Amino acid sequence: MGRKLLIHNDHIPNIHTLDVYRAHGGYASVEKALKIMQPDQVTEEVKKSGLRGRGGAGFPTGMKWSFLAKPEGVPRYLVCNADESEPGTFKDRYLMEKIPHALIEGMITSSFALGAKQSYIYIRGEYFYVARILEAAIAEAYAAGWLGKNILGTDFSHDCSVQVGGGAYICGEETALLESLEGKRGNPRIKPPFPAVAGLWGCPTVVNNVETIAAVVPIVNMGGEEYAKIGVGKSTGTKLISASGHINKPGVYEIELGITVEEFIYGEEYCGGIRNGKKLKAVVAGGSSVPILPTELILKTAKGEPRLMTYESLSDGGFQTGTMLGSGGFIAMDEDTSIVKNLFTFSRFYHHESCGQCSPCREGTGWIEKILKKFLDGTANESDVDLLWDIQSKIEGKTICPLGEAAAWPVAAAIRHFKHEFLEIARNKKFTDISHYDRLNKLARV
Amino acid sequence: MGSQVHGAQKFDNAKRAEIKFSDEAMKIVETIISRYPEGKQKSALLPVLHVAQAEFGGWLSPETMDYVASILNIKPVEVFEVASFYTMYNLKPVGKCVLEVCQTSSCWLNGAEDIVKYIEKKLNIKVGETTKDGMFTLKVAECLGSCGTAPMLQCGASYHENLTYEKVDTILENYRAEGKLRSYTDLDYKNTL
Repeated sequence: MGRKLLIHNDHIPNIHTLDVYRAHGGYASVEKALKIMQPDQVTEEVKKSGLRGRGGAGFPTGMKWSFLAKPEGVPRYLVCNADESEPGTFKDRYLMEKIPHALIEGMITSSFALGAKQSYIYIRGEYFYVARILEAAIAEAYAAGWLGKNILGTDFSHDCSVQVGGGAYICGEETALLESLEGKRGNPRIKPPFPAVAGLWGCPTVVNNVETIAAVVPIVNMGGEEYAKIGVGKSTGTKLISASGHINKPGVYEIELGITVEEFIYGEEYCGGIRNGKKLKAVVAGGSSVPILPTELILKTAKGEPRLMTYESLSDGGFQTGTMLGSGGFIAMDEDTSIVKNLFTFSRFYHHESCGQCSPCREGTGWIEKILKKFLDGTANESDVDLLWDIQSKIEGKTICPLGEAAAWPVAAAIRHFKHEFLEIARNKKFTDISHYDRLNKLARV
Repeated sequence: MGSQVHGAQKFDNAKRAEIKFSDEAMKIVETIISRYPEGKQKSALLPVLHVAQAEFGGWLSPETMDYVASILNIKPVEVFEVASFYTMYNLKPVGKCVLEVCQTSSCWLNGAEDIVKYIEKKLNIKVGETTKDGMFTLKVAECLGSCGTAPMLQCGASYHENLTYEKVDTILENYRAEGKLRSYTDLDYKNTL
């Protein structure tokens, strides 16, 4: 049984309330940080922990914090990125819904480290009910003195509030999120300047994912060095994985980084294997934007070593034979799944979500969707595979924000590993979707 | 304002004069604005638009957007450019209950297309259309973060997950019996797993 640090208490009744959360050790990190630590010491512990951003990019959190500019007389902000929208990812929703105080505690402790008097939790609009849960928890925290003026009698004061978005994947990109938080369209900004220098309303700002901020709590409680003992190499600590697709037990799992992918898919403690005795065909391991891998490459690296659930092992072999841990959105597909059609759902998504600022992304995502639609209609030619390849290669690296890459990578990977499926449709001029809709099957066939 | 055009909708001065938040809604709006530093009230725009959409019939008319602009002391076009960017704001009238069926990967893998077809047949409308009685609008949505409980649909603040045809029947019957406008800001959300 792996160690859990974030959602170990998710089964406790009423853990969403302050009293119960407190009774199970909640807010200890705030007490420790405010009473016996200096802000820089908290940052130092986060550095020692090796914690990497849990939203998808995996950038070292302590380093991100240390970049924060601290000019005199200018307010600094902590903004929590709760705009979880990467297809296959639902871990932040689970954490916020079940244990909202875990995030709020992390916001206070992190804000203390950063010297932020105000923080915002920017949550995707569709999660409106989760925003209600957070707001109720924030109200409890104010009433009990964990938020507001002179917390625990110290000279540290902090205000935290929630802002709901309006439905836009792009706002998960940190500068688009800041634009949205300022009441504008979610158009990513050109960097530099980075948010650490000029972020929210032009002030120094740190933007961190929900899980990253929640992880600061156990790091401060146990110490960075202890936290870093969990995991393998530069993949330290625990990670929430959102598991979905054709598996027996979909859901959110907290894993110690370093377990094997095989154990995660087939272990009874985790996904419990593929439904209906089917075989695994492919996995998208870290949310829709990371390269899809066929079974043999997700279970073992090209060198034949067992693939581990770590940043390094999943990316072993580069994009030729590897993928990325990303946001931990783990989608498993059984042997009956059409890779072409799955890709179509991704590409339709990226076309819909492109903000439209950069031509390669705005136009390219639309062209990709159209060509893939031709495959589904049975009107595509073999040369359309090359055309898809060409388009994706001309989006990557040519846009302001990484949505361009996110849209290009899944196309490249599907062609790299499953080109035969595209060619077969093009040759037969026919697409038959035999994907296995298992929950509905009985009814659909009647 | 004259008869200028916002998108496809014409601006109606008489309608604009009628638009005003209830006292209760105004209190919520003031609370939202108070979360931002002085002079940064534009930041309240997205949440305030949600309140306005719930308050004024489930969509944002040009008159509603003009009103929101006046409250936040910004230009009407600043409201329109935001309202037209984000998918949750309706710029045309919709039914009382907007059913948004997620169609991305994990939901597709679990039969979202069949759910859409089933609702289309049951309500006798296509995606994007509203039933004649104005009760339901059917939409498809991109990933709503419910991949582990797919297939799913959202209606207002409620997430309906692990859908089956029987479940869809019950959900639609319940909404029809209630006959209420459903909004993202609803406090009485129901989550059915």
